[in-house]
Amino acid sequence: MKLYNGGKIITGLVIFLGIFLTPLAYNAGKAAYTQPKLKMPENEKQCVESKEFMRTQHMQLLNEWRDFALRDGKRVYVNSKGKEFEMSLQKTCMKCHTNKAEFCDKCHNDAAVTPYCWDCHIQPEGLKK
Amino acid sequence: MLEKALKGSPKYYMWIGFLLLIILGASGVYLMQLMQGLTITGMSRDVSWGFYIAQFTYLVGLAASGVMIVLPYYFHHYKQFKDLVIFGEFMAIGAVVMCLGFIVVDIGQPQRMLNVLLYPTPNSILFWDMVVLNGYLILNVVVGWTCLECDRQHLPHPKWSKTLAYVSIIWAFSIHTVTAFLYQGLPGRHYWLTAILAARFLASAFCSGPAILLLVIMLTQKVSTFKANAEGIATLAKIITYAMCVNVFFFLLEVFTAFYSGIPGHMHSIVYLFVGVHGHHELVPFMWTAAVLGIGSLCLLIPPKLRDNMKLLPWSLAILVIATWIDKGLGLLIGGFNPNPFEQITPYWPTGKELIVSAMIYAIGALVVTILFKVATEVKEETGASQKPAASVEA
Amino acid sequence: MNHTRRNFLKFAGLTAAGLCVASAGSIMAAGAGATEKVSEKALKAKRWAMVIDTKKVGTKEAIDVLAKACHAAHNVPDIPGKQNVKWLWADGFEQAFDQPNNFMDESLEKRQFALLCNHCTNASCVRVCPTQATYKRPDGIVAMDYHRCIGCRYCMAACPFGARSFNFMEPRLHLDLTKLNKEFPTRMRGVVEKCNFCVELLAQGKQPACVEASAGALVFGDLSDPASEVRKVLREHYTIRRKPALGTEPSVYYII
Repeated sequence: MKLYNGGKIITGLVIFLGIFLTPLAYNAGKAAYTQPKLKMPENEKQCVESKEFMRTQHMQLLNEWRDFALRDGKRVYVNSKGKEFEMSLQKTCMKCHTNKAEFCDKCHNDAAVTPYCWDCHIQPEGLKK
Repeated sequence: MLEKALKGSPKYYMWIGFLLLIILGASGVYLMQLMQGLTITGMSRDVSWGFYIAQFTYLVGLAASGVMIVLPYYFHHYKQFKDLVIFGEFMAIGAVVMCLGFIVVDIGQPQRMLNVLLYPTPNSILFWDMVVLNGYLILNVVVGWTCLECDRQHLPHPKWSKTLAYVSIIWAFSIHTVTAFLYQGLPGRHYWLTAILAARFLASAFCSGPAILLLVIMLTQKVSTFKANAEGIATLAKIITYAMCVNVFFFLLEVFTAFYSGIPGHMHSIVYLFVGVHGHHELVPFMWTAAVLGIGSLCLLIPPKLRDNMKLLPWSLAILVIATWIDKGLGLLIGGFNPNPFEQITPYWPTGKELIVSAMIYAIGALVVTILFKVATEVKEETGASQKPAASVEA
Repeated sequence: MNHTRRNFLKFAGLTAAGLCVASAGSIMAAGAGATEKVSEKALKAKRWAMVIDTKKVGTKEAIDVLAKACHAAHNVPDIPGKQNVKWLWADGFEQAFDQPNNFMDESLEKRQFALLCNHCTNASCVRVCPTQATYKRPDGIVAMDYHRCIGCRYCMAACPFGARSFNFMEPRLHLDLTKLNKEFPTRMRGVVEKCNFCVELLAQGKQPACVEASAGALVFGDLSDPASEVRKVLREHYTIRRKPALGTEPSVYYII
């Protein structure tokens, strides 16, 4: 078997692998990732759904809340335990999680996601000029 | 075949470099628009669509330029258009690319653009416009590219490409009709609320589109070995003349309906455009320029002697293009929004930044057209089709 | 060799498809057991409508009070110039009603009219919106989902009442950030906005902000209920609506 243009292909592969592996090289020797410490509500122990559910599905939940509240006019969420909540980011979620920077941003920054919620919604700590 | 666009004369590289430079420079201003919003344009709550959408509307007309060549060729077996067909199709690709570009730069939240597909809404004409424009783009890319590839390999065109060409002819009519429907179905906008708007769009497209195409083909002849069939050019000029006559006629129908009925709503926009109201005369000089140039182009195109004069024809076409551009690219939009729902005039004029962003889209279109025409002329040179006599070949 | 490669590709494709289905399934399974409902406090109607007594609120100053209440409740920015945003504003008879009359009753000629979204039955803005960002609720309110709006401004061209505003720029640059209503969001640049008949207040069992601020000059209620306050007022007074010839069927009535 003969490899045509072998030199170029192998050089290309080496360059590709080199670039591909830079993040590993960059992080080599650094401490392992630890989950950020979130500031949890003081007076409330239980969120609208379980911690595990909220951790993985809060974005889907917010999407559903938006459509129920805006389009169907159904603004009350009855969770699996029968407890009722108003479907509102500003009036429900952020009433307990009183600090966006200490809660939302912690994980979002680590995951390098910037949801556009706060382009319109007002964070509880208020807006600065 | 695309590799043919990679090799060319120094002039060709300079032109490509020039276009890339405009695109790059102007995209900086577009970035600024993305960061600051459409406030950098001259648009307002009353004139909520401006130069961008007007250019989109005008370029839909250019997209149809091809159909005036493709239709006689496929439906009437008019062989003189044989070598022009590919240019019509490629021009359509460039035009639709610009149309889509102008829509993208006009919307306030372009990153949410795909919501139109995620939540398809058949009662919105904008949804259908998206469908027909993208469909027309795909049809022309597939048909044009396949036929050119076959020509290059001296193979007959596949049967399905002919079927698609028929479809694309009908489709071309739909893109104007649907674009006109975008405007003419809106209550309270009297200048647009007229059944003849779609017909006007077709007439205006079928004169201005082929006129631009013919100008670009004449330029192509200058810079390549391509030589268009003289009879074909003369026929296309005739088609343009007829379409322009119909275009002017349709506009006069509007004027009659408005002023003989005397209904204020129907008259207001036309009065604003041609005379001015409430002390606003912003568009008056432009509209009269359009009127004079429109009639002037007819005077130069109707007499066969003048029309067949190849030295004069480019000028007649250029005049026609300017006239139709003012009518559709300025008057239609601004006149439609003025007077506003409160019978007031809100003047609009595009800002410099708006024009720079528009230049970016035009440069992208020119780049697409240049590359496609380069490929087409090279293939024609390779196959020896429609070439200049050896003596006159240059570059 | 060809055979194995094809099989490999098939396997890879199936695996990818399977992963997609599996992840979609897990999303659908989420929140099992939860339901949603309309609040018991919420005001309900088959078709909301408003009657404005222009004899009671007929001056620029009086209407500005309503506009202030509305704009404060919804964090509407105060932008100078023709790229402004407004939900409720004042204008004269000729501008509002498209039926100029010479030698008009002097009081009518000087009177100002509170203008806002008409929440039309046949709303042309709903018809043209390509993403259903503007939609009609079952109770007749023409509402907007600002999350979905792409900012094409087709609705602004379609609205014959000039009731829609586009956020040409970042609205927060023109808001007093210390005085925001924290119960309601602002908007972002690049979306269209308009009056929402205070749908968020109705859901809490409250009247719209402008009605609250009008000291009885504005009446709000269910048009489909013959016993409602709006129907009573409509029976007793001569009212007109804006541009009836266009057939959009506005839900806002003006006592002349």
